[in-house]
Amino acid sequence: MKPPRFEYLAPTSLDEALAVLGEHGDGAKVLAGGQSLVPLLNFRLVRPTYLVDLNEIPGLAYIRQENGHVVIGALTRQRAVERSALVRERVPLLADAMPQIGHAQIRNRGTIGGSLAHADPAAELPAVVAALEGELVVRSARGARVLRAEEFFVAYLTTAIEPTELVVEVRLPVALPRTGTAFLEVSRRHGDFALVGVAATVTLADDGVCARCAIALTGVGPTPVVAREAARRLVGAAPTPEVLEDIGRRAASGLQPDGDLHASSQYRKHVASVLTRRALAQAIERAKGPGR
Amino acid sequence: MKERTIRVTVNGRTHEKTVEARKTLADFLREDLELTGTHLGCEHGVCGACTIVVDGAAVRSCLLFAVQMHGREIQTVESLADGDTLNPLQEAFWEHHGLQCGFCTPGFLMTLTCFLRENPDPSDAEIREAIAGNLCRCTGYKNIVTAARAAADKLATASTTSPGSTR
Repeated sequence: MKPPRFEYLAPTSLDEALAVLGEHGDGAKVLAGGQSLVPLLNFRLVRPTYLVDLNEIPGLAYIRQENGHVVIGALTRQRAVERSALVRERVPLLADAMPQIGHAQIRNRGTIGGSLAHADPAAELPAVVAALEGELVVRSARGARVLRAEEFFVAYLTTAIEPTELVVEVRLPVALPRTGTAFLEVSRRHGDFALVGVAATVTLADDGVCARCAIALTGVGPTPVVAREAARRLVGAAPTPEVLEDIGRRAASGLQPDGDLHASSQYRKHVASVLTRRALAQAIERAKGPGR
Repeated sequence: MKERTIRVTVNGRTHEKTVEARKTLADFLREDLELTGTHLGCEHGVCGACTIVVDGAAVRSCLLFAVQMHGREIQTVESLADGDTLNPLQEAFWEHHGLQCGFCTPGFLMTLTCFLRENPDPSDAEIREAIAGNLCRCTGYKNIVTAARAAADKLATASTTSPGSTR
């Protein structure tokens, strides 16, 4: 198992990288953390003519607040996001999801932009971006465009990025006061890809009734699934166990997950329903907690 | 470029080598530097046997290319023992039967080297999570957890009695 031959390019500026992609985009693969791409290279499932390594470009790794968003540079290591106090404070759903991505050795190297651009159907980050209605900033030599999750994730391992483009930034809205979040998943082993994962965020009004709710699921389809209708059921309602149970059922009812060696389609649907209920209950508890 | 000349520090020694771009860091360590303590199991980032430490962080060396390591500082399993004297973590593995065939051991040692540096007094649950990315087919993990716990205790004692003596 050794990678095929490729021409290695290590641009030292974003402009240089975009120029390279403008010229060779079709035959090029972009190397960020390499935690998904290098296995594919080692198996020779991908055989790019050019490997464009982004790791020598300064200025693509950062986490900062800009107005109502936390913006994260695409080359930011997942471990840095996991440890960021700003993320924990302002985008708690992302902080909840981070420790569940791969293992520490993977997160030390893996990047936030790389995971999103790879678009694995069982990955955590796409569901987080979808639940929060975050945005992805994509650039080419011709300019930048901003995509929402449902525009960005197109199909299994497929995004709307053109071969000449790069994901350069993720923008996630800062959580409102009295917001609680939870990211729950079931996997065969801690750190493995999720059989099913659920991202939930709940904002309570002063009277304790739910003012906003969003739910996104991973591992149950080719792209993250946002359970809009099910989430709407909670808005304006008191979150009784019966209501949460019902929302879990609704979130799972329209799903058609593939079955495989690890879990049948029916089992995944069942887990989706149970995890949705539990994630909402946990998010609501946290929304009531001190400091929210 | 198909190859590149890199200068990299491995276990305190600086090497300058020209390497083919597609050569993984694991193969570079084993073949070019003859540091065969780093083992290769799956070669696609699942088993953890090739775990090494780059600039203080535990990473899979099968998922990096040697050409990316210019200017980096690397620590492999060969850095742990001082001649025939095992370091406290290795000693704990020895004493608590944290290995049988030993193939996965270098990966566990390097994962735990990093982990114990960052978390010197871990709970068993934290140890289990820390080693979740390393596979062992012999031990059933129980003795590895025991060894990690014992190593943490040893390091804590060592640092209170003679600061600076631990590695």
